[in-house]
Amino acid sequence: MNTLFNNLDVFTTGFRTTIILFLVSGFFALLLGTVIGAMRVSPVPALRAFGTLYVNVVRNTPLTLVLFFFAFGYPKLGLPEIDFTASAIVGLSLYTASYVAEVLRSGVNTVPVGQAEAARAIGLRFIQTLTVVVLPQAFRSVLPPLFSVLIALLKNTTVAAGFSVYEAGAIRAYLAERGEPAIVVLLWVAFFFVVLVLILAQLQRYFEKKWKVAR
Amino acid sequence: MTTEAPSAALVSVQGVNKHFGQLHVLRDIDLDVRRGEVVVVIGPSGSGKSTLCRAINRLETIESGEISIDGKKLPEEGRELARLRADVGMVFQSFNLFAHKTILENVTLGPIKVKGVDKATAEKEAMALLERVGVGHQAPKLPAQLSGGQQQRVAIARALAMKPKVMLFDEPTSALDPEMINEVLDVMVELAREGMTMIVVTHEMGFARKAADRVVFMADGQIVEQAPPEQFFTNPHSERAKDFLSKILTH
Ligand SMILES: Nc1ncnc2c1ncn2[C@@H]1O[C@H](COP(=O)(O)OP(=O)(O)OP(=O)(O)O)[C@@H](O)[C@H]1O
Ligand SMILES: [Mg+2]
Repeated sequence: MNTLFNNLDVFTTGFRTTIILFLVSGFFALLLGTVIGAMRVSPVPALRAFGTLYVNVVRNTPLTLVLFFFAFGYPKLGLPEIDFTASAIVGLSLYTASYVAEVLRSGVNTVPVGQAEAARAIGLRFIQTLTVVVLPQAFRSVLPPLFSVLIALLKNTTVAAGFSVYEAGAIRAYLAERGEPAIVVLLWVAFFFVVLVLILAQLQRYFEKKWKVAR
Repeated sequence: MTTEAPSAALVSVQGVNKHFGQLHVLRDIDLDVRRGEVVVVIGPSGSGKSTLCRAINRLETIESGEISIDGKKLPEEGRELARLRADVGMVFQSFNLFAHKTILENVTLGPIKVKGVDKATAEKEAMALLERVGVGHQAPKLPAQLSGGQQQRVAIARALAMKPKVMLFDEPTSALDPEMINEVLDVMVELAREGMTMIVVTHEMGFARKAADRVVFMADGQIVEQAPPEQFFTNPHSERAKDFLSKILTH
């Protein structure tokens, strides 16, 4: 307990950054992932090809490399400078988006084709068919895998510690300097991650109830 | 288009061909349907009836030939196509009501999203249509809470809400329990009486006799024979049609 209470400042700052990384990256990953996922099921071959390329390249690259690129490669491109936290957010968003896209695509495939055909038959365009008819039904079946992706994102935020972002994954190194026992610190960090994941699980249950589709 | 005679074809299918891989599903199909005409399409399983219907509102692409609705050629893709599709109502064998939307929303969705009708007007018109097909009191329910016959009548209302020029029905009663078939056919007969142009794939001969102006018999992707219903059922000319009728009549 003392390890926690004597260093509460370190824990709160660390976890605050983690939560910010998670929320902001999660938001952009869902947004971008939906766009990429839509490309993968679109009737336009060029969009489909781009979506496939994106998913295959990004999903098969280790997260560390993606973050490495944004932390050290990106500044050399002569584009506007961004700090380490921002580049971690960009990296996490792009990386997670590829998973979100795949989850959505598989979810879209669970919706009977007749639903999309009926939508097209009354004159809805592709985007409308997707957003009004297919995705709302797909969301129900993608909730469990989508939350797995979000939980993975939450844990992946700790990789950012390696790139000078001071989040929960960096707490141990920081407190080691204050002479705290590493194992106790790590247990506390793990404990708080479990709490965060439980909150996510609660949220998942809530949405599953809300988006129940009767067939 | 302005010089178009009133008797000109509302739906015109000219020399249409389509393959699924090696399979030649539509072979040089020519079919003109006049305004107000009711055409029943029958034929053995796999003869291309569904594919023809789906080609008419371009749910299925074609390789050659031309299909036009009310003098307008079917566009390739995009906004134009979506607009033209709204002129062609389609009713599917499996109803395909939007599972996550209420009955009322199923009917108002098209008018609101495609035609830009305001919600209040769309709901008023939808309720009138639902009353007309006899499911007005089901408006707030979800599709899964309705019987098959009720769902199919809602699907008809949903198509009618777009004020289509022609209605396509692809075996609208073959997924239904026998006791629900008539409630759907009655709605269709009524629609035919009111002058709706209809293309109906069905093996319900009662419907064909009561409502159809013409029966088109398809086999192996071709239109083999067409005639007024009475003549077709009592005195078919082609061997294929005779053979087919003898099979379905014994059931
Ligand atoms: N998407 C598809 N891909 C490949 N083959 C298809 C596809 N859709 C239909 N077919 C084939 O094309 C042929 C014609 O199919 P279609 O559904 O038009 O027949 P149908 O006359 O409606 O038959 P049914 O009475 O069984 O509904 C069939 O042999 C069918 O297996
Ligand atoms: Mg069929």
